[in-house]
Amino acid sequence: MSSATQTWKTERAVASLKRTVLYITLVAFAALFLTPLYVVISTGLKTFQEARLAAMWSLPPSVSLQAFSAAFTRLAPHLENSFKLVIPATFGSALLGSINGYVFSKWRFRGANTIFALMLFGMFIPYQSILIPLVVFLRTIGLYGTLWGLILTHIVYGIPITTLMFRNFYAKIPDELLDAGHIDGLDLLGVYRRIIVPLSAPGLVVVVIWQFTSIWNDFLFAVTITQRPGVQPITVALQNLAGSQVIEWNVQMAGALLAAMPTLVLYIILGKYFIRGMLAGSVKG
Amino acid sequence: MIRTKRDLTKAVLLVTPSIVLVSIFVYGFILWSLRTSVSAWQGIRPDYTFVGLRNYIHLFQSTRFQIDLWNTAYFTLFFIATCIVVGFVLAFLINRNIRGEGVFRTVYLFPMALSFIVTGVVWRWMLNPTFGVNIILENLGFPSDWGWYTDPTRIGGFHVALTSLILAASWQFAGYTMAIYLAGLRSIPYEVIESARMDGATEIMIVRKVVLPMLRSITLSAVVVLGHISLKIFDLVMAMTGRGPRFATDFPGVFMFETTFTGNRYGEGAAISIVMLVMVALIIIPYLVHVFRQETHE
Repeated sequence: MSSATQTWKTERAVASLKRTVLYITLVAFAALFLTPLYVVISTGLKTFQEARLAAMWSLPPSVSLQAFSAAFTRLAPHLENSFKLVIPATFGSALLGSINGYVFSKWRFRGANTIFALMLFGMFIPYQSILIPLVVFLRTIGLYGTLWGLILTHIVYGIPITTLMFRNFYAKIPDELLDAGHIDGLDLLGVYRRIIVPLSAPGLVVVVIWQFTSIWNDFLFAVTITQRPGVQPITVALQNLAGSQVIEWNVQMAGALLAAMPTLVLYIILGKYFIRGMLAGSVKG
Repeated sequence: MIRTKRDLTKAVLLVTPSIVLVSIFVYGFILWSLRTSVSAWQGIRPDYTFVGLRNYIHLFQSTRFQIDLWNTAYFTLFFIATCIVVGFVLAFLINRNIRGEGVFRTVYLFPMALSFIVTGVVWRWMLNPTFGVNIILENLGFPSDWGWYTDPTRIGGFHVALTSLILAASWQFAGYTMAIYLAGLRSIPYEVIESARMDGATEIMIVRKVVLPMLRSITLSAVVVLGHISLKIFDLVMAMTGRGPRFATDFPGVFMFETTFTGNRYGEGAAISIVMLVMVALIIIPYLVHVFRQETHE
């Protein structure tokens, strides 16, 4: 009897030890993941002199907003460019994706699956392999070097992923619901407008967050298409800031945080939808 | 489902604009790049004089491109391995009824919301040989004279400087791997694991014999998604290291960009881009075929 109690007690002790180790591991990893964030914030709050010292890991002796205001002055026009780019490009590609997703999930015409697969390939290609023709093409139509050129680019190359996401989302809407619409005399556009669109909100949120984040974070298209500083979005401006002659680490870190803010805020508020989009990105819905 | 012939025609018309756009901007442009890659185009003005495989031969003979291919291979290998191991461990730990699970998940995943440019700028500062992580290592009593991304040392074919990029990229994507493994773990029925436990299997045996085999398709997705990211890596390198000392951190993406838009050697730049496309296609096409076969079987 007493030995049984003894075993039971040891087992409990082992179990609780395991639990403690588990939490310590998780917390250690969390600290590791947050280290860059700590460095960004603490460096961003330092003055130029403080940030240059070997004390990069210590907290700022006093909070200075000097770096943030310097970064904001330099980056504000580019943040504005990014918003002007991201909003139309996100909604443009979402609209096309929604229409395609509806057709590919509910109207499987002959060859639809093959066409869909060929379309999907477009989301994996290295964009370097279309970059030279894209530049020549945009020059020809007079959109090279403009935000509209960049918007068009992001809409077109956003088609595969938005189509995939909407297709997987609409596949879950029961066919009976659409049949009811047809019986009531709606044609395919009527069904889309009256039945599909009103049910699209959760899918749309996933797509919008995904596209917003990818387009905001894009660098390759932005740096290739926009050469003039006046139209450059935030990623290009941040990269230029980092490449300037005197390296002001504090301003760079403040700038990095400003550049990251919009997508970080979206992620923190709507993380659940962000994850859904990410999972859809690995093809299976 | 009820379909009329007229509606089916309309359905095709609805997707036609997108099909046309993708045909031109993806497939048409790829062919155009292919054409450029066998042309003599150098300088600002297009010149499509056919030169055969000259650009490719030139490319594969250049030291820089050979280094790039080795760097890509090593980077891909270590980046994928790190993300898979860390991602799986985190998912496995987080899946055991953890208090504050949501907080941990949010923390591990937040780097995914950032741009590679932000990551690069921040990690360049953190791994700065004079001020960075070295100071912490010194205080902890570890060797602290690492050059990180400034180190030109090459061990076998592996450039030590790549470690910095591997660290930064893994920091950004380990959380993604965790999230897909976690989704996979959640889909394993509890009874399966419980019955293995009843049969006296140890935790490690359960992971090896039950959990990992059931997550095989997830591991495949992770390898494909991470692999195609690393084969076309560009932004992170530009923001963090550039081509590095003696091309220690150079990649085809960087080489392509510099050749084309700085050097104005369009023919060669296009050739690099086609090689990149082939590398990505070699992993993506079999994967897409596999996924679509599975879908039609379901």
